[in-house]
Amino acid sequence: MSDDHEHHHDHDHDHDHTEPPPDPALRVKALESLLVEKGLVDPAALDVFIDTYEHRVGPRNGARVVARAWTDAAFRERLLSDATAAIASMDYIGRQGEHMKVVENTDTVHNLVVCTLCSCYPWPVLGLPPAWYKSAPYRARAVADPRGVLAEFGTRIDDHVEVRVWDSTAEMRYLVLPRRPEGTDGMSEEALAGLVTRNSMIGVEPARSPEAAR
Amino acid sequence: MNGAHDLGGTHGLGPVGAEPESVEPVFHHAWERRAFALTLACGFLGQWNIDESRHARERQHPVNYLRNSYYENWMAGLSRLLVEKGLVTAEELDRGRSSSLAELEPVRADGVEALLRRGGPVDVPARGEARFAVGDTVRANHDHPAGHTRVPRYVRGRTGTVAEHHGCHVFADANAHGQRRGEHLYSVRFEASSLWGRSAGGRDAVYVDLWEPHLERA
Repeated sequence: MSDDHEHHHDHDHDHDHTEPPPDPALRVKALESLLVEKGLVDPAALDVFIDTYEHRVGPRNGARVVARAWTDAAFRERLLSDATAAIASMDYIGRQGEHMKVVENTDTVHNLVVCTLCSCYPWPVLGLPPAWYKSAPYRARAVADPRGVLAEFGTRIDDHVEVRVWDSTAEMRYLVLPRRPEGTDGMSEEALAGLVTRNSMIGVEPARSPEAAR
Repeated sequence: MNGAHDLGGTHGLGPVGAEPESVEPVFHHAWERRAFALTLACGFLGQWNIDESRHARERQHPVNYLRNSYYENWMAGLSRLLVEKGLVTAEELDRGRSSSLAELEPVRADGVEALLRRGGPVDVPARGEARFAVGDTVRANHDHPAGHTRVPRYVRGRTGTVAEHHGCHVFADANAHGQRRGEHLYSVRFEASSLWGRSAGGRDAVYVDLWEPHLERA
């Protein structure tokens, strides 16, 4: 692989690494207008991509999966043995969720998901990842110091609990099934879904207690 | 490649500094929306695969990779692929003006939902028997390939246990260089102490998905 051409046309490669790069907003705008002019991109399609992940596909989907697993033992079994099919049965399918695995938190195991090499994340159930998940500090430390990272989120894991970190290095996408909070007996599936945060499905926090959710 | 993207275990990057979930927007700047959508729309032109896309971002100068914001890295990768694959010329990119119309049909708004729902499954028929079984002790290759690889440096040469066989998936390391073929994929459990030594939590573990060519029997 040769980078011989890089210095001629790679706008993102500055020779002087202390120079700030040009305003990304201007560069993106220039690239979009070029691609539209060439007929490679339809601006209306861009709006649909954005609307999909800004307003329609997000962590509420995953929360419904978790709440169902908390209330339906047969679904929980399917979710843990064939997550892709179980999640597809709720119509959460497609890009970056083609191959799913759900890992369950228990009183002896706590799971945490990361992608150290890029930003792999289960889009159909969680939407796009938060900025911190994609950040260098999280990717660096989640595998080497998971308990330190969890402490930053205010999450303390007892020493007797095993922390399992899942590094998403292939196209398997991981979703944490958090523990059902205490004091939620008799709550509806819908109300339970309200306790399931995005962060609890990445594994950095527990699900919310009914008191905290009030 | 041993690039800046391979971050597992890197020191000195500071705290995670997460924004509270209740206040974090999906996009932080209007241009990030367009950068995201441009990347997907161009990806669906079918001129490169997701592994080539990752590799294009990794091939930046390490200083740029770390200094750039996330979507700046996406734009860097996209710009590179557009030129390398001949969809735009370097001159067009420099001038921001088109000198010829593309021959490809763009993704249309009414086609987006179906494309996203279809996704890009990577499971393929098995090529022969799986070499490893759950419970086997395996070692991740201690290789340093110059091209794309999904073996993070922090597991290379380390010994772990096969926790699950995921079936046969498109092999990312080859796919990033235009060769689509399946290899058996495994979830391998590495004890934290074997990766990080005495600083690690005694009973903790890291699970990494690795393909058969990445592994040898230990």
